[in-house]
Amino acid sequence: MIELRHVDKWYGPTFQALKDCSTSVAKGEVVVVCGPSGSGKSTLIKCVNALEPIQGGEIILDGIKVNDPKTDLPKLRSRVGMVFQHFELFPHLRIIENLCLAQEKVLGRSHDEAMAKAMKLLERVGLKEHAYKYPAELSGGQQQRVAIARALAMDPIAMLFDEPTSALDPEMISEVLDVMVDLAREGMTMMVVTHEMGFASKVAHRVIFMDRGEIVEDALKEDFFGKPRSDRAQKFLSKILQH
Amino acid sequence: MNYNWNWHIFFEPNPMGTGTYLDMLLSGLWLTIKTALLAWIIALVAGSFIGVLRTLPSNTAQWIGFLYVEFFRNMPLLVQLFLWFFVLPELLPRAAGLWLKQLPNAPFWTAAIGVGLFMSARVAVQLGAGIASLPRGQKQAATALGLTTAQTYRYVLLPLAFRIVLPPLTSEFLNTIKNTAVAITIGLIELTGQARSMQEFSFQVFEAFTAATVIYLLINFIVVTGMRFLERRVAIPGYISGK
Repeated sequence: MIELRHVDKWYGPTFQALKDCSTSVAKGEVVVVCGPSGSGKSTLIKCVNALEPIQGGEIILDGIKVNDPKTDLPKLRSRVGMVFQHFELFPHLRIIENLCLAQEKVLGRSHDEAMAKAMKLLERVGLKEHAYKYPAELSGGQQQRVAIARALAMDPIAMLFDEPTSALDPEMISEVLDVMVDLAREGMTMMVVTHEMGFASKVAHRVIFMDRGEIVEDALKEDFFGKPRSDRAQKFLSKILQH
Repeated sequence: MNYNWNWHIFFEPNPMGTGTYLDMLLSGLWLTIKTALLAWIIALVAGSFIGVLRTLPSNTAQWIGFLYVEFFRNMPLLVQLFLWFFVLPELLPRAAGLWLKQLPNAPFWTAAIGVGLFMSARVAVQLGAGIASLPRGQKQAATALGLTTAQTYRYVLLPLAFRIVLPPLTSEFLNTIKNTAVAITIGLIELTGQARSMQEFSFQVFEAFTAATVIYLLINFIVVTGMRFLERRVAIPGYISGK
């Protein structure tokens, strides 16, 4: 489904953000990407739908090469859902309009069709009664659930999560993770950048550990939590599992 | 000071036989309003377009935006109007120059377009700043949903940026109205022009310019009130200027 082959990414001429990164995510697989801050994990996932261009290697998404100038990127992106750390709901649109905008403008669905889909998804994330509010009137956790619903409204073939709970108060983290766990159990293909090791051990199939732009470890969840091979992963794990 | 105040002068007939002196001022007011409105429309349309160009990733677009803005904002308005009115027809091929000079209402069109272009550079800079002030994630979120660049601007970035720059745009609208007074130098008999001719015919200089001052204050008060109303109408609940 998602395949990265020897991906190199530079910011400017001097800073290499990704070094020879190769991995893949199969259909229905849940892969958690973790690592210290600045390790390139957000950059990696933003390269998957070409929000960030890459300078070397290739990325294949559902059989289509992402870094090919001939690829219709808007069309390709519309098939992959993305959830951001800071939600990024459109503040001037009501919740329901946030869910309808791309359905109508990108997929060409009729307004009624888009509304029906949006309402169904809002119900699913438990926010139907907030449909006509503005994003700023909702809590962080609610906003992030809306953001997930907005991505799902496009009927994506895979979902990318970029630290979806890092900007949330502790009591709101679980309401977002619950939605993500459900999604994973339904067989959604997911690539998740997160520090939530509880989530990783519950639903992830594989864990990728990154450090300084490199994929240091790419292992089955059981192996990763059981006995990480690299020193760096061991240190990282012992630090974040201390508390 | 030996000055004969005569506030009744406004109701005395003017020497042109077009009614009273007050009628003269009001016809000037009407011309000021027409010129200012047309100039403001030009400033908004051209300024928005250039403002967007300045925020695009393309180097060419940024260069065009840069040159445009620096051309129109680095020359005094008076010089620009002279340039369009006196110099441009001489630079054009003879036939075209002659046609331009013989256009009916040439001072009006020159003033509206000249002031409009001068102000458009300022609108462009402000709108550009408004767009640049938006969180980067807004553009990424719209892009990730599959919206094209044009759609991203149309549905997400511009509605937000215009709300942010509405207060400074109000000032620019007021400046546009006041700047039309410079057009008396190319023979546009708008409000200031009429006040001056009233003074020349009647020698009541203080009355004439007091009236012009009060009328300018009134128009600008109406604009400020209107823009306040607009700001409140488009305010987003819980966001920026919203409550």
